Amino acid sequence: MEFFDSISKTFLDFGSMLEVLPQLLKTGLVNTLIISISATIIGMVLGMLVAVMGIAQTRWLRVPARIYTDLFRGLPAILTILLIGRGFSGISQDIFGPSPYPLGIIALSLIASAYIGEIFRSGIQSVEKGQLEACRALGMSYGRAMLLVVIPQGIRRVLPAMVNQFIAIVKDSSLVYFLGLLPLERELFRVGQDAAVLTGNLSPLVAAGIFYLVITVPLTHLVNYIDQKFRTGRRKVTPPTSGLKEVTELETSAQGGRA
Amino acid sequence: MTATKEFHGSSLELTNLAMAYGDIEILHNINLKVAPGTTTCIIGPSGSGKSTLLRGINRLHEPKRGDVTVNGSSILGDRPDDVRKRIGMVFQHFNLFPDHTALQNVALAPWKIKGMNRKKAEDLALARLAEVGLAERADHRPRDLSGGQQQRVAIARALAMEPEIMLFDEATSALDPELVKGVLNLMASLCQRGMTMVVVTHEMGFARKVADQVVFMDEGEVIESGTPDDLFNHPKSARLRRFLNEVL
Repeated sequence: MEFFDSISKTFLDFGSMLEVLPQLLKTGLVNTLIISISATIIGMVLGMLVAVMGIAQTRWLRVPARIYTDLFRGLPAILTILLIGRGFSGISQDIFGPSPYPLGIIALSLIASAYIGEIFRSGIQSVEKGQLEACRALGMSYGRAMLLVVIPQGIRRVLPAMVNQFIAIVKDSSLVYFLGLLPLERELFRVGQDAAVLTGNLSPLVAAGIFYLVITVPLTHLVNYIDQKFRTGRRKVTPPTSGLKEVTELETSAQGGRA
Repeated sequence: MTATKEFHGSSLELTNLAMAYGDIEILHNINLKVAPGTTTCIIGPSGSGKSTLLRGINRLHEPKRGDVTVNGSSILGDRPDDVRKRIGMVFQHFNLFPDHTALQNVALAPWKIKGMNRKKAEDLALARLAEVGLAERADHRPRDLSGGQQQRVAIARALAMEPEIMLFDEATSALDPELVKGVLNLMASLCQRGMTMVVVTHEMGFARKVADQVVFMDEGEVIESGTPDDLFNHPKSARLRRFLNEVL
């Protein structure tokens, strides 16, 4: 019994959870969302650039894209965040002021863009070759064809993977605390962690964890939902039509100027 | 039956055309003359280079040697995109844009490439769809159309660019058998209306009936060419006789 008591005191002390709740909501949640959403948006823009470079016909675009991807995917997130957050703090101070927040977002964006670039690339490359060919045969340039026809199809296919990536970014956003944030800049993890240190009790961290789950779990289910919808399509089930009916219909409709 | 605008098919000539993928030469010294407003059917066994030949004509694949002339002037020095605006192509697997309606599929190129305004491009697209009997299906997406209907949309899409020459790459090979005739009839009607067409096909009946000229290819070369009567009734080469024996 004593064991369960100490477990519940350590993890499920509702008193200290309630105490930290306003901060988790007003500071932690808001900052976590700001960091994750901005990193995702910047990451998608950069990622699309990396993806398009990665499938370009000239090696001079492909190779840099490859190196960029290998670099930011291959390094531990925390290392990238520290190198960029500390390394560029001088420049950042001139532009953004003393807060390390913007650099944290940029570091997360760079990491995200490497993954997102790969997601976009695989999506774009999964579009049937005939699509590009049909565009080219109509007289479209490569760029036009990609922009108007191929890339939109590719993006649609990777939406589930993109939501997964956002979930990963939400979790990684906790790492910016290494850069030393001002009290009002703290995200969920840091708010929970600070309260945990103050109370000597892990319950605030559990509360922070619940907040993460509130963001990520619905998204996971959204992914499954989107995925299923894409698999089965939005197509209404209609009874089969006889091909002969179509033949008659076409014969009786406008005859294409047939003499 | 409304009289529709006649097409202005151009002449096409291939001179010593050679095509290669990497180091492997697929086509060797192809010579071919297509008079304006006529239909040339290309027949031959698989792997003979028929599709590659079409790709050389609109430069989806760049020729290695030789020349392609349209209306007497070489197109190899022109911008490929400009060449392809003048030469329409229809594919075996339709290659319609799945996230566009039939109307949008046809209107896209006139709108975005020819710079027509959107309304005008859509009016044109609707007219082209009506010609192929699909005005009522204009707002359907490809997945809600049968193969025959999809191929008609693809033909309308190519025609909307007002090409001088149309290339058909086994356009009926992926269709359900009862829908083949309708698409072939549509192609024949283009021919009657003055379009210059180069048709790669396995439909010998179509070649016999519609073609002005039939070309038999094998192993990257033109083995025999002439009128349908020449090739189907009086084949000269052993290879063509053997091929006809297998397919007829």
